[in-house]
Amino acid sequence: MAIPKENIRNFSIIAHIDHGKSTLADRLLELTDSVASRDMTAQLLDDMDLERERGITIKAHAVKLNYKADNGQEYELNLIDTPGHVDFNYEVSRSLAACEGAILIVDASQGIEAQTLANTYLALDHNLEIVPVINKIDLPAADPERVAEEVEDVIGLDCSNAPRVSAKTGENVRQVLERIVEDIPAPDANDDAPLRALIFDSVYDNYRGVIVYVRIMEGTLKAGETMLMMATGAQFNVVEVGYMRATGLEPCEELSAGEVGYITASIKTVRDAKVGDTVTKLERKADTPLPGYRKVNPMVFCGVYPADGADYEALRDALEKLQLNDASLSYEPETSGALGFGFRCGFLGLLHLEIIQERLEREYNLDLVTTVPSVIYKIHLRDGSVVEVDNPTHYPDPADIDYPEEPITNAHIYSPPDYVGAIMDLCQDRRGVFKDMTYLASDRVDIHYELPLNEIIYDFFDVLKSRTRGYASFDYEIASYKRSNLIKLDVLLNGDIIDALSFIIHADKAQARARKIAEKLKDNIPRQMFEIPIQIAVGSKVIARETVKAMRKDVLAKCYGGDITRKKKLLEKQKEGKKRMRKFGTVEVPQEAFMAVLKLEDD
Amino acid sequence: MTDNIGLYIHIPFCLSKCGYCDFYSFVPDEGTMNRYLDALLKRTDEYSAVINCPVDTIYIGGGTPSVFGGERISHLIEKIRSCFSVTPDCEITVECNPSSVDEKLVKALREAGANRISMGIQSAVTSERKSLGRLSDSQQAKQAVELFRANGFENISLDLMLGLENQTIDTLDESLDFILSLDTKHVSAYLLKLEEGTPLFEKRNSLSLPDEDAVCELYLHTVKRLRENGIFQYEISNFARPGFESRHNLKYWNDEEYLGLGPSAHSFLDGKRFYFERDFDGFLNGKKPKDDGFGGGEEEYIMLRLRLTNGVRFDEFQKRFGKAFPDSIIKEAKNLMKYEVITLDKSGIRLTENGFLLSNSVIAELLF
Repeated sequence: MAIPKENIRNFSIIAHIDHGKSTLADRLLELTDSVASRDMTAQLLDDMDLERERGITIKAHAVKLNYKADNGQEYELNLIDTPGHVDFNYEVSRSLAACEGAILIVDASQGIEAQTLANTYLALDHNLEIVPVINKIDLPAADPERVAEEVEDVIGLDCSNAPRVSAKTGENVRQVLERIVEDIPAPDANDDAPLRALIFDSVYDNYRGVIVYVRIMEGTLKAGETMLMMATGAQFNVVEVGYMRATGLEPCEELSAGEVGYITASIKTVRDAKVGDTVTKLERKADTPLPGYRKVNPMVFCGVYPADGADYEALRDALEKLQLNDASLSYEPETSGALGFGFRCGFLGLLHLEIIQERLEREYNLDLVTTVPSVIYKIHLRDGSVVEVDNPTHYPDPADIDYPEEPITNAHIYSPPDYVGAIMDLCQDRRGVFKDMTYLASDRVDIHYELPLNEIIYDFFDVLKSRTRGYASFDYEIASYKRSNLIKLDVLLNGDIIDALSFIIHADKAQARARKIAEKLKDNIPRQMFEIPIQIAVGSKVIARETVKAMRKDVLAKCYGGDITRKKKLLEKQKEGKKRMRKFGTVEVPQEAFMAVLKLEDD
Repeated sequence: MTDNIGLYIHIPFCLSKCGYCDFYSFVPDEGTMNRYLDALLKRTDEYSAVINCPVDTIYIGGGTPSVFGGERISHLIEKIRSCFSVTPDCEITVECNPSSVDEKLVKALREAGANRISMGIQSAVTSERKSLGRLSDSQQAKQAVELFRANGFENISLDLMLGLENQTIDTLDESLDFILSLDTKHVSAYLLKLEEGTPLFEKRNSLSLPDEDAVCELYLHTVKRLRENGIFQYEISNFARPGFESRHNLKYWNDEEYLGLGPSAHSFLDGKRFYFERDFDGFLNGKKPKDDGFGGGEEEYIMLRLRLTNGVRFDEFQKRFGKAFPDSIIKEAKNLMKYEVITLDKSGIRLTENGFLLSNSVIAELLF
């Protein structure tokens, strides 16, 4: 029996990290009998091990729930879970665009935090009806009334009816479903208009090809029809349409306006079903696509190499597989004098980089060495040409350079006013140019800076969070390319340049960074049989140096009688240890040294 | 099989456990020791059936063999003589602890034909000995040496430890002076290593041990002072007056064969390595030794020979393996010469004093 459109509710859940988003989602699934309790593993919606462990959602997930409300009517609830990190802001915005409402979860003991606000503003941007929910009332430190007041004051949301719940124990969770039904509007849906469906996610499946997750805004779609991607122009014959259920996909006859569902059409790669693109029908095209699509380009690049050269093929296969499911990951082969054969990979940001790296290591069992991340620089040469460089190794000879340009972002930081000083110090330190500051409320300011992208890709977000005790949130977009005084730093070990450690930096910061890198390398390169000079140089000029003293003692002096095997094993271990090191000229460098250079601020 | 074979007997008994020691031993009672003697005698019988070549070294180590008592040791040596063809010049070493040496023991050992004594002194400095958990004082050690000598023992070896808590060149000199004053023929000098599971390892964080550089200085100082006094290094940790090198221990470094009896004792027989597990009751009940793979290969031979000051001799290698010494290793050796850790000439490769200190790295570099 079809549910009338006025009984459809499309919503997402937004929250600061750890405020209980996934737990609440799980309770909603249970209450709507979408999944038997015995099948519940904790946090059903977070598929990947990585998501469960880090407590973050990396990919969007969606699920259709059926709910019989207190008014006796049947409702169709579509829950769209969203990723929660600035790297994936675009994906979040597309997920929100597929909804009419959002549940805002606030922790009853912690109150409003950085992402609470950032996410609320994002939801308000999309004109979503926001349903506040105070969670974790079971905690001893819970103070739901104070938090409710805070939400009213800061965000201006009426919290008198806001459910006070414990997603953990299930207390009052049913009230959330009632509020969804009552407060979130039904979709404004017209089945007769030409099809316009918003892609908010797509996943690759070995058997069906790409499964495209859509929200039908207008029109209808069924199997056998020809669909057209309005941005990419790709066409596909629809094989199947249906709904996402907690327990799996459920095919249906037809998806109609207002609904959330999936399409399969023998699509080979997720690049043909890009998030944000509009699906229409070839036979009856929509005039204009839905607003908001943009091509997502990688912004951070680094070299990814197998620790053991023999794993090169395995790494390529793994990247290929990951890319099937992640349109924003790019890679192409490159070679390094120091690291051998590997790939230059492009990522949305540093978290994206870390996630891919971790998945390669865990899911594909690869031991990797990654180089210092870089952004794309535009180098204007004296002959008038411009080259784009995302790999310091390819940085042109300074003599040929007229001037370099670097990408600059428009960055907004939301924070309580107490931290304005700390934030401005940080931005200043990162070569930021202050633009303006706006009070959003008495205890919330929006600080607007222009920040060079290469200053924020390493660790900006982490440092910002630690300096503001997690209260600040951060968002940025690439604004422009600007002329900048950039130089390339080279690292020399025992006189040899280690190409994989070279990086590009603003001249003003070169000295301090060089000194720090030299120190880090000194701490992380084990003593060897000879003294190892570490030099950091700009061209031929050395600006920092350290020395790894020669090792003196590495001996099994004790007499173990005839236990020769023990000695042999010890030597075997030594041999294994050598394998994990990279030999640069004469110097053996462990992978930890690379990581240490990457994570310079982790002191 | 080699012409002659060495015999090692492990005595897993001590009066108390030293803080640094991870050798297999415990404090016994009379009954236990008698049962152990029976087991050893039985095993000696068993192996005499499969070993036909003469025995030219016997080493009774531990633990503390002197705790086992002169009577039982005599009994054991007698049994070995009756089961094997023991050469007339056989080197028979017994490890002793100064605190369990008395005239009765010394005379019994002499009677049984023991001709070499190895004693743990470790340090002549009381605070250093205490830190190791040693029972005896240096005066007892002196008396023990004199007692052995008075009873005709010429070949006495003393153990010294380097890298002890608060040890300096000055305190080391005290120990060296003490050892030299006793005028023994052989010295073993081991670098203290904290072995997991020992009491010293457990309190490693509260120990003020000398750092890497300081330990190296202690080692080099020892090598130098012993040499100046006519006691020459012949292995990483072993020093002797010419002609008094331990023949038994040389079998290990020359990759020659030996039979080891007792829990934790290792053997190398007919190209195969095996050992009795650290299981006292198992040994008493006739549990079979554990297979430990093949021995005597080229890598193993080079690894062991490089511990000796003589190093690897190319002609000996040729004779043993019927082929020339590998060029790849000579090439690697040439690379390493610049670090002054080895010397390479037409006749062979040997490690320098600094090379000994880095022997694990140097050998790994040469072989892999």
